[in-house]
Amino acid sequence: MSDEQTAPNEETADEAVEERALPASPVLAGLIEPFEDALWGLAAGQDVVTLPKSRLGEFGTAARQAGFEMCADVTAVDYLGKRPVRFEVVANLLSVAHGERVRVRCPVPADDPTVPSLVPVYPGANFFEREVFDMFGIVFEGHPDMTRILMPDDWEGHPLRKDYGVGAVPVQFKAANQVI
Amino acid sequence: MSTTDRRSEEIWVSGTEEPEWAAHATDEGAQRMRPVETVERLKEQLGTGIVDDVLFDTDVPEDERMIINMGPQHPSTHGVLRLQVELEGEIVRRVKPIIGYLHTGMEKTAETLTYLQGPTNVTRMDYLAPLHNELCFSLATEALLGVEIPPRAQAIRVLMTELNRISSHLVALATGGMDLGALSMLLYGFRDREMILGFFEKTTGLRMNHNYIRPGGVAADLPDGWEDDVEEILEMMPRRLAEYDDLLRANPIWLRRTRDVGIVTAEECLAFSITGPTLRSAGVAHDLRKSAPYSGIEQYDFDVVVGERGDSYDRYRVKVHEIEQSLRIVRQVANAMPVGDYKTDDRKVTPPPRKRIDESMEALIHHFKIYTEGFKVPEGEVYVAIESPRGELGCYIVSDGGAKPLRMHTRAPSFANLQAVPIMLADSLVADTIAALASLDPVMGDVDR
Repeated sequence: MSDEQTAPNEETADEAVEERALPASPVLAGLIEPFEDALWGLAAGQDVVTLPKSRLGEFGTAARQAGFEMCADVTAVDYLGKRPVRFEVVANLLSVAHGERVRVRCPVPADDPTVPSLVPVYPGANFFEREVFDMFGIVFEGHPDMTRILMPDDWEGHPLRKDYGVGAVPVQFKAANQVI
Repeated sequence: MSTTDRRSEEIWVSGTEEPEWAAHATDEGAQRMRPVETVERLKEQLGTGIVDDVLFDTDVPEDERMIINMGPQHPSTHGVLRLQVELEGEIVRRVKPIIGYLHTGMEKTAETLTYLQGPTNVTRMDYLAPLHNELCFSLATEALLGVEIPPRAQAIRVLMTELNRISSHLVALATGGMDLGALSMLLYGFRDREMILGFFEKTTGLRMNHNYIRPGGVAADLPDGWEDDVEEILEMMPRRLAEYDDLLRANPIWLRRTRDVGIVTAEECLAFSITGPTLRSAGVAHDLRKSAPYSGIEQYDFDVVVGERGDSYDRYRVKVHEIEQSLRIVRQVANAMPVGDYKTDDRKVTPPPRKRIDESMEALIHHFKIYTEGFKVPEGEVYVAIESPRGELGCYIVSDGGAKPLRMHTRAPSFANLQAVPIMLADSLVADTIAALASLDPVMGDVDR
């Protein structure tokens, strides 16, 4: 997905490294500016910020202060075999007042699947983060109730991971293997 | 203590020194307020501190507390929702929604289906608003493909989804009425919804789970005589709405069961990601049809309905008024239905017409390829959100350049809205649980996916 991250490396890298690509919207630009390791880009015309996962909590706090009142969605993607860093946690922040949206993506390595939780800043991220934990096994640090939400509590594995097969569950009915 | 006070910065934790404002607050000569709110208790009510089997009000003996499970098989929970309710006598102290009973792994399934098969999958999520799910998925796919949708297809999409909004709100009113004992409302609601479903059946072939809105347009043109059917709905609905108003609007029983019951404030809605009629009933005029219009809905005239108090009654009124506004949109669409194609003529997405298949081998191969392999969608990711009857319905698609999505995630409005339940029900009566939940209108297919 190289086309999304319009990082200023091709043309501008030689002249001015400090000229970062920043969005036209003043609200969003003001939010991203202090985060020097945040990479802004457009994906299908939508604002996307790629951020190291350690700064997600900090970014959430800043975003809430900048007017993004709502965490509309938190999800994750498993790029097994497609990218060096396996997972990516994606949070969608919405500003009702400014009518803006920003998508925050944090790469998460498979050997350390932990991300700071957004719940202290956005209580509404609670269910979404539980769903991501349930489906991908990514642990949100600081989440008050990091338990499974959709799958049964004693379920093994995380279904939306790419190495989790689609039809891997044996049939649970006793009569299924009976010969009539 | 009202809900707003609870959220304020100033918290008097029991056992600590009395702050200045607390003394001031009792200057009226009234009795001193009992400091019942501990920090844990507050977090609990805000939903940020959910701990199971912990009793917070230590002054109440444990044997006066009961944990009761409402559901998953309870007639008034609208599907397989389980509410773990902690009761102190008749008062609900704590609620935890437990979900997942209808989880069927649709997001996983979506990774095995082509983009053309996708709508058959997503249409089964929110079974009361299937067309919205299809529209959202199609819009996301089209955003990645970059195809133009002809005006007639867009108008048909708006017509169908707005009719779907009416039918969905009718069910919400009907079941909400039934939960509070207004059985006539149940019969009225389902009777009138049937008329809209009849039109859907005529157009799409099915009453529910239509697979009608697909990437590239819609599956078929509107049937002959659709104007008469729509006109009939438009003519009938205002009269029926008046009938519902006669039944409920000023009904003293209805008022006393819903007024000031299950209040969610605007700040709580925003903090807890609650959207749709629930957010608007709290006074926030946020409607994605206005703030991020899709499918050309910006050409039509309609108002965003807002409430004032954010209680169950306001949510009921907002739904009634949204039906009126949807009728307005439907009338405008029906009057100005553009002529032309009902799907894009981009041959990458749409198979060649039947006639061409008879004439050309290439067209036959093309047709076969689209329906077996599907079309390839360029690499990228997109999040598209539309206003479903229950709130922000989002579809996040990540494509790796193949014919099937690498990841398809649905931001389900009911799922997020369920987080309102602990806020709405803390320290309310058991009977109010039913009223508040009914007004929230969760669809479990949407919650669990």
